[in-house]
Formats: sequence, structure tokens, C-alpha cells
Amino acid sequence: MNNVIDTPTKPVGQTTYQTQIRKLGQYGILVAFILICLGLSVISPKFLTVQNLMIIVMQVSINALLAFGVTFVIITGGIDLSIGSIVAVAGVVAASFAHPDTYPVIVPLALALATGVAFGALNGFVITRSKVPPFIVTLGTMTILRGLALILSKGRPISNLSDTFSFLGGGKILGVPNLIIVLVIAFIVCTIVLRKTVSGRYMYAVGGNEQAARASGIRVGKVKMQVYILSGGLAALAGVLLTSRISTGQPNAGAGFELDAIAAAIIGGTSTSGGTGTMTGTLIGALLIGVISNGLDLLNVSSYYQQVVMGVIIIGAVILDSINQKTN
Amino acid sequence: MILSVTNLSKSFAGVKALNNVQLTVQTGEVHALMGENGAGKSTFMKILIGLLQPDAGEIIFDGKPLHHSNVNEMLERGISMIHQELLTVPELTVAQNIFLGREPRRWGIIDERKLNEQATQLLTQLGVDLRPDVCMKYLSVAERQLVDIAKALSNKARVIIMDEPTSALSDKEVATLFTIIRDLQRQGVAIIYISHKMEEIFTLADTITVLRDGQFIATRPASEFTAQSLIAMMVGRELGDLFPPSHAQLGPEVLRVEGLTQPGKFSDITFSVRAGEVLGLAGLMGAGRTEVARAIFGLDPYARGTVYFNGQPVTVRSPQEAIALGMGFVGEDRKGSGFVPGMSVKHNLTLASLEQFARRGLVAEGAETAAATQLVKDLNIKTAGLNQHVVYLSGGNQQKVVIGKVLQSAPSLIILDEPTRGIDVGAKAEIYKLINDLTAKGIAILLISSELPELLGLSNRIVVLAKGKQTAVLLGEEATQETIMHHAMQTESPLSQL
Repeated sequence: MNNVIDTPTKPVGQTTYQTQIRKLGQYGILVAFILICLGLSVISPKFLTVQNLMIIVMQVSINALLAFGVTFVIITGGIDLSIGSIVAVAGVVAASFAHPDTYPVIVPLALALATGVAFGALNGFVITRSKVPPFIVTLGTMTILRGLALILSKGRPISNLSDTFSFLGGGKILGVPNLIIVLVIAFIVCTIVLRKTVSGRYMYAVGGNEQAARASGIRVGKVKMQVYILSGGLAALAGVLLTSRISTGQPNAGAGFELDAIAAAIIGGTSTSGGTGTMTGTLIGALLIGVISNGLDLLNVSSYYQQVVMGVIIIGAVILDSINQKTN
Repeated sequence: MILSVTNLSKSFAGVKALNNVQLTVQTGEVHALMGENGAGKSTFMKILIGLLQPDAGEIIFDGKPLHHSNVNEMLERGISMIHQELLTVPELTVAQNIFLGREPRRWGIIDERKLNEQATQLLTQLGVDLRPDVCMKYLSVAERQLVDIAKALSNKARVIIMDEPTSALSDKEVATLFTIIRDLQRQGVAIIYISHKMEEIFTLADTITVLRDGQFIATRPASEFTAQSLIAMMVGRELGDLFPPSHAQLGPEVLRVEGLTQPGKFSDITFSVRAGEVLGLAGLMGAGRTEVARAIFGLDPYARGTVYFNGQPVTVRSPQEAIALGMGFVGEDRKGSGFVPGMSVKHNLTLASLEQFARRGLVAEGAETAAATQLVKDLNIKTAGLNQHVVYLSGGNQQKVVIGKVLQSAPSLIILDEPTRGIDVGAKAEIYKLINDLTAKGIAILLISSELPELLGLSNRIVVLAKGKQTAVLLGEEATQETIMHHAMQTESPLSQL
């Protein structure tokens, strides 16, 4: 072959520099998180106690589970607004089968999870088949499912739940609250799904360039089904844990949770345009939200101001992110 | 002399993008700016239109020096650019786009009537038959480009920079554009013309300036260049034969399509490709070449006809079925459907074959990395590393990543649709060599290209389409630029051939 073009194989000069900046951007939110924790522990001696940290993680865990699910969805370029309502429906379903001396505890748990998976699949099915934007579809199912929760419970809280059921979200194993154990397991599983599996890779591909994914032989519809099912399933799990912890099936539970979950994902660096995001980022985002509201509580700041602060943080995180993008 | 640039330099993060570059443009000339990708053309043009500030050097425009200017000032002074990716607002009308930001007003309210009148005047001056009140989104790429040119004229442009203006135009539209460029010349407008297409350069350019690696190489009258000498100057070495003879042995038939028909797009298409063969698919833009390829690959449906793959009749309903059979597809729209820009080189390379590396759903990273490393080596992909995002690679290397992705799923047929569009001549030569290597391995290639020299240089046989119909199959000696064009225009009405 005499026509080999031997262009020198020079590495592109700025690239390693660029990846470094990109990495710094990812750590930016971690650095902010650590600084806020340090600041709070200086200001308030109560902050850095085992008891308080446990409280924070427990408060965060429900939101984090929802945020993990919605991170999958946002990475594919979609959105899921129905998860708060799935929390309520799953909670009501679980509570209905969790009265003392009726069914073993596996029954309410399994039925609630099946409910979440089914409604996640419904979201995915309508989105892939109808071409209606995910925002609209899940806005619709959010309202439908809220209504369904009220219908199933006849608008009243369902109480008188068994002790074994209440143990799920309220108990401890070896001194560690179950909520924290579930959070850690869910985090590890979700990280593996996203980073190590074929499905996870396809999620990034679909969100990064749907046409290219399709031309590469990826079943785009199947990938989308998967993320909405994951999101629905995790929301149902959160619903069971919440119901168990407060020992009541509340048809109004979870209202507005979807926005906190989306906020955690976004603060953690998941781009709403799809293709980027990590579970670690989302976990830090959820923890950051928890730490700030806990810190403001300790400092006796009114919850009205807390909302203002939270809004500023969400926008600030995204601005930080877009500055990083521009430096690239 | 309208524009004179001397000793212009610009660095990014210590890397010299431009080093003491010169350019002198005369009033009313077409001045071609040539160079490979990365030669500094884009940076140079960005400085001229005020998007970037130079580190050193002098720009004299119309006898006056220009200092630290911005885009608006450059527009006012009379330097406009027609961008490669057209910057127009699809929801606004033609007139509104032309006067965007400079709308004629009466008491603060936009004077729509005057707006449309002035736009009509400009379009007439250009000899373009377009209504000013049509929404931009209904126009073809060519028409949008003409609107962009009208916009430049409305700015009283004295110098218009055109960056690859013909990359998405049909031959007819190119002819229209060239007529307009000639008219502009007569009106004293100078054109700085950037293109990778040699034929255009030698048709249009009065003067050619060559850049290489950010350095000024030469400015000479176009008549002093040949295509060969120009390429040699651009790449800094002799390329040798762009199309080396293929030593591929023709094997059994891999693909045969019979009577493939999709109403409104193509009808009764029949051809076959053998192992080790390159079958060229020629035709004007809109002849249905891409549509046929997409139908074979399962991206679009077809109504009638049969596709045989390795002798068996097959029904391909989706890309995944096509890939499972052993087909690969490199589409014409590299950015749109070729790669995932925010994913790494490695992940893009394995995207179509990830299941090969999966064990119980988990990706075996060692095997994946090994395969990607091998592809980067085999295809000579220039990247800072396997984890580099593909968006940062040059066009040629992005294309190699897309081809590598297809190769990894071990296809026996690869469909290449405009594989060298928008990539520089050095990278083109590498793609040509790659195609030769593939046929030598017994892979069948279906090649679609609008560049006739490329089709002629690579194909064993050429199928010509015109308006969705197959008009000829040309073999060896029969295939020339003239015969291809003759058959490609066959169903045109006799009048338009005159």
C-alpha cells in the first residue's frame, strides 16, 4: 500500500486540559457540599452529631430514591412528573394490604412495587407510541394517579398497619435505620445499571443522540420503556417506605416530591437536554438539599426562607454547569 | 484592493492557530481560501467578521485600519459571512430574516410593508424568485442560503465570506449560486470562498490563497494551479494516487434488490453487489439514492420489491434486524445520526455491537477497551485517548469513528452514504484507502456519493438514479462524468437540458 497518508499522530492539545475542567465541574458540587457541611458544623455544634446526620440521611432517602429513578429518565432526554403521585398510589395499595393479621408483609410490598412498575410501563408505552412529549404524558398521569390514590382510599388516610410492615421503613438492623440500608443498596444497584450495563450505556446514547442510537441498531423504544419502569418502580419503593415509616397510607402523600427529585438530579449535574448525568451526582444533589434544609432548621430560619434558598441553589447549580460547558 | 491583512497571528492556550498570515483581496474578485481542516481557515474568518480578536497583525479594510472590532461593526463596514450551518430563524418570514435586528420602523412599530418592499427589491437584485412573506421553514437549504446572501447585500456588504456554501445544494442550485456570485462580482463585491471541492475552486476562483497548519503558504492566480499542485501545497506533500487500484477478488453476491419501490420516493430499483465489490450509486440530489439505502437498511419502509441477502430473501424492518443480518450503514448526516457527540470514542465505537461485550447484561470493559484500541489503531483515528468525547475530533476522525462502529459488528455489506462530505483531502484519501482495505477483506460496499471523481475512482460498477428511477448501470469504460450526468438528468424535461 503506497498511498498511506502518514499524518503525525499528535494528540489534540487542549483535550486533556478540557477533561480536567470537566472533571472539576463534576466535583464542583461536591466541593460546595463539603464547604456547606464544614460551615454548618462550625456554626451549629448540633450539626455534626451522629444523631443529626442519621436524621438527614433518613430525610434524604425518600427523595434520593425518587431522584435515582428520574435521573435515568432525564439522561434519556425525558422527564417524569408522575413519581410523586406514584408514591401516593403505591402507599395506598400497600397500606390496604398491610393491616395486622391479614397478609404476610411481602404481599403489600410486592403489590405496591408491581403498581409502580405498571404505571411506569404505562408512561413509557404512551410516550414511545404516541410521540406526545414526556412532559405532557407524565403531567397527565401525575393528575390521573393522584385521583386514583384518592379513589382507592376514598380520600381518607389508611391506618392500623401491622408492626412488621411498619418495620420496613421505621425499623433498624444492627442499629442502622432500614431507610439508610435501602438507600445504600439502591444507590449501588442504580450506579451499576447506569455505568456497567448495556442498558445503561444505551440510555446515554438515546439521550445524547437518538437518531445515532437508532441507526446503531438500538431499540430506542425499549430503552425508554426501561427508564420509565425504573422510575415508577423506585417511586413505588419510596411510597412503601414512606407509608411504613408514618404507619399510614396517605392519598396526599408525595405531592411535589417529583420537583425535589428533579432538583436533586439537576443540582447533581444531570442535564435536562439528556445524555449526561451520574448517580453519584444525584446522591450529592439530594444530600445537599437535605443538609441545607437541616442546617437552616438548626439555625431557626423559617421554612419560607428555605424555599427561597433552595430555588437559588437550583438555578446556581445549573449556571455553574453551563459555565463549565462553555469553558469546554 | 478592498481588504489587506498582514502578519495576523492568533493563539489559543499557547497553541498557534494562525502565525503571520497574509491576505490581499481585490475588489470584485473571488478569492479561494484553501487548506486542510485545522489549517486555520475558520479562525481566520472568525477574526475577519469580528468574532475573535487577533493577537497581532493589521487588517486594512477599504483603506482604513480595523482595530478591536465586534461583529456589528464589521457588518456595518461591509464584511458579511454566509455560514456553513445557516443561521436563520425558521419561524420568521424571508423579509423578517433579512432585516433581523435592523427592521424599518415607524413610531417604534415595525413597518411590515416597507420591510417586504425592501426585501423584494433585494431578492430581485439577486435574481431570486422568492416571496418575502413566506415562512423560512418552508424553504429548501438552497433558498435559505440565498436569503442569507440577500441579508449580506442588505448590509451593503463589500466582502462576503462563503464557507462551504454548496455542501447541501443540488447541481442545479449550485449553478444558480454561481450565477449569483458572478453577478455580485460585477457589482464590485469580493467573495472569499472556502470549499473542499476542487472543481468549484477552479470554476470560480480568480485567486487562491493556501494555508497550512496556521501558516501562510502562498497566494497565486488560480490559473497557475492544477488540482494536483494545489493539493500538494495544502497537505505539504505529494498524496500519490488518491484512488489506488483495488486488488479485491469478487466473491459471491451479497446483496440483491429486485423491483424495490416506495411510491413518491423510488420505483423499480434492481441491482446487486458482490463480495469485494464497490457498487456506486449516482444521481442528482433528490434522485432517491439515500432513500433506497435507508429502505435496504430498515430505516424507512418500502412498499414493493424483494431484498436478497447472501442469497436469501429477507424482510428488514429495523436497523437492528439489518445489523443482525450483517449490514452496516454510514449515513450522510454524520452529526445527526452518525455518532453521539457527548460520548467517548470508545463508547461510540462499540455502540452498535455492545452485546458482543456483554455478559449477563454487564459490559466487559477489558474486552471493550481492547476492541476499541484495535479499531483506533486500524483506522488511524487521531484522538487524545479512548475517553475523548467524539465532539472534539475533526470531521475526518469523527467519520472514522462512525465507520469503526459499523465495522465492529462484522458486516458483510457496508452502505456508505456521502462518506467524505465536509472532510479534508488528507482524510478523504485515508477513507478511500480504508474502502480498498475493506473490499480486499471481501466486504461488499454500496457507495453513494455526489462527488463524481470519487464514485468513478472507487466503484466497480455504477447504478444511476434519476427522480427515483434507475436509468443506467455503467461498467468500467462506460462510466465517465459525462455518461453519469447524462443518465442522471434523463428524466428531466427536454427544455431544462437546453
